[in-house]
Amino acid sequence: MTFEDTLPYLVAVGRCVFAVVFVMQILPLLIWAERKGAAYIQDRPGPNRAHVFGIRAAGLVHTLNDVVKLIMKEDIVPSHVEKRYWAAAPVIAMSVALCTWVVVPFGDNFMGYQLKVSDIDGGVLFVLAATSIGVYGVMLAGWASNNKFSLLGGLRASAQMVSYELSMGLSAVVVFLMAGSVSLSTIAEMQAGPIWNWVVFTPMGLLAFVLFWTAAFAETNRTPFDLPEGEAELVGGYHTEYSSLRFALFFMAEYANMIVASSVTATLFFGGYNVPFVTPAMLREHADWVLMAAAGAAPLFLVFAVLAWKRQSRPFYQALPAGDARLKEPKVFVGVWVGAALAHLAIGAAGAMGVASKLSLNFATFGFLENTAIFGPDLVTAVVQVTVLAAKVLFGCWFFIWVRWTVPRFRYDQLMDLGWKRMLPLALANVLAAGIWVAFFPNGLLATLGLK
Amino acid sequence: MSLPAARKMSSTESVYLVEVVKGLVMTMTHIVKNLFDQDRFRTVEYPDVRKTMTDRYRGAHRLLLRPDGKIKCVACMCCPTICPAKCITIIAGEDPNDPAEKFPVEFDIDMLRCIFCGFCVEACPKDAIRMDTRIYEINAYTRQAMIHNKSYMVNLMDGIKPPAEEFYRLNPDSAPAGFTPDEPSATGSP
Repeated sequence: MTFEDTLPYLVAVGRCVFAVVFVMQILPLLIWAERKGAAYIQDRPGPNRAHVFGIRAAGLVHTLNDVVKLIMKEDIVPSHVEKRYWAAAPVIAMSVALCTWVVVPFGDNFMGYQLKVSDIDGGVLFVLAATSIGVYGVMLAGWASNNKFSLLGGLRASAQMVSYELSMGLSAVVVFLMAGSVSLSTIAEMQAGPIWNWVVFTPMGLLAFVLFWTAAFAETNRTPFDLPEGEAELVGGYHTEYSSLRFALFFMAEYANMIVASSVTATLFFGGYNVPFVTPAMLREHADWVLMAAAGAAPLFLVFAVLAWKRQSRPFYQALPAGDARLKEPKVFVGVWVGAALAHLAIGAAGAMGVASKLSLNFATFGFLENTAIFGPDLVTAVVQVTVLAAKVLFGCWFFIWVRWTVPRFRYDQLMDLGWKRMLPLALANVLAAGIWVAFFPNGLLATLGLK
Repeated sequence: MSLPAARKMSSTESVYLVEVVKGLVMTMTHIVKNLFDQDRFRTVEYPDVRKTMTDRYRGAHRLLLRPDGKIKCVACMCCPTICPAKCITIIAGEDPNDPAEKFPVEFDIDMLRCIFCGFCVEACPKDAIRMDTRIYEINAYTRQAMIHNKSYMVNLMDGIKPPAEEFYRLNPDSAPAGFTPDEPSATGSP
């Protein structure tokens, strides 16, 4: 069996691993951002106490503590639950959240292989279908917990997700009409180039985005639509009876759903992996320039990070008693960062001298992958595209958090009123308007007016 | 009684989006301000920093001594009488060297019952009890240790302020009945 024979399998495994790792790596960051963001909005310093040998990492260690706590905690199985369904519910919630990500492209292609886990023809339809299955996790948890509050939480969740799915699907239809395809790859390709190619900068696209994004809040059960776990009236809602890792699965599923919703929104409305004004072809052509720009930007970012972190931590260190382990932290961090910057400088100098000029490294000289003479530019392009998508996704997730600490929770009748009486008619009208628009300006407004 | 009618929302308010954006701008203003000026935080880094209480703060009780070293309290029973929580127990005794005055043989305050109203301080005719220590960390592992007795309250302001538990461990003679210093138990009942 040659290397070329095993390659498709390796690629398949690599794609799956990347899809899971991408979500699972952002998770702890989001939990941290949620806490720190909430604290800063409320004029508090937020998590800053837990430390490993004096390293607090601005509260990131608290996330580590969470993991340890949730793993070590006793897994309580209440005697009154429907054991089988009760145990299945968190697994469904989490696995569906991870599965939904498979149709999102995180780059155009890398040496002939598409950068997405699965090229399902359904595309966005798969996302909508998978989120519908996600309702089962919440519903089963509520029903199998066999108590009134959990049941009410599960009921609310399913009713709300079913109601808002309509507006969500109809808003996605607007994008389908404009792209002429349901495949997220095609939709992302359509938005390459100048920033006004993004769907969100068309009138129908903007309204569709607002509706889609609002529905996404309801789909992920986030504030202002987090009635399923409304702690004031329902204890903990559908996850009242869960503890330990089973609760952790629900907790992670919520954040994974945020990441999925953000990445789908970014791909549908904000150009996905595309850099504004830069097409993938331009990226490939000028890969060496991209590399040098990144080499310049990285030390700047490091310096900014050190300064921001030092300012952030100042009052805390003034408060510590002498001899506290945490007083060592500034020295350690500055040391690590200066080391990283120096190492980066050395690598950058070496790269600028030799490697950048030989980006078109031909792997055929090593005896394999004869048909891929352009490994370097493809790698640079892939890294840039994944980074751009990650930046868009992170901003989307931050928006979820930002809204959570700004907008108060809706009442249940207000929620249904908004979903059925306001958003659904708007979404329907929007689909009609988009249909007319596409019929009259099949190549876009600018092309029809002769401006492009 | 009928509730007042809800205020009619204006047309921009009923769209929600404008108001949501206003709120988002407001919270972001807080984040940006807090990123650049950490002194805006009101949080006290508690175990490392302790709040300085005002002079009026009613903390743990202490008993005062006369210049000759004897306790000021004359066991007049004013404080246990006025105490609304009934947490003060005084056993009066007679000093053969000073037959004019009574004195408290035992003076216990059950801090688990005390509501820190300060009536005992106001009722005292001899200025023998005060709550000006500003001590607010009143805690122990056992219920016995939560009963502050005479020697603890007399020594409360000497140098460091040990928790009652530590004080009773150092002075086993003055510990309340039933106090077992070596077996701290949160669930122990008196």
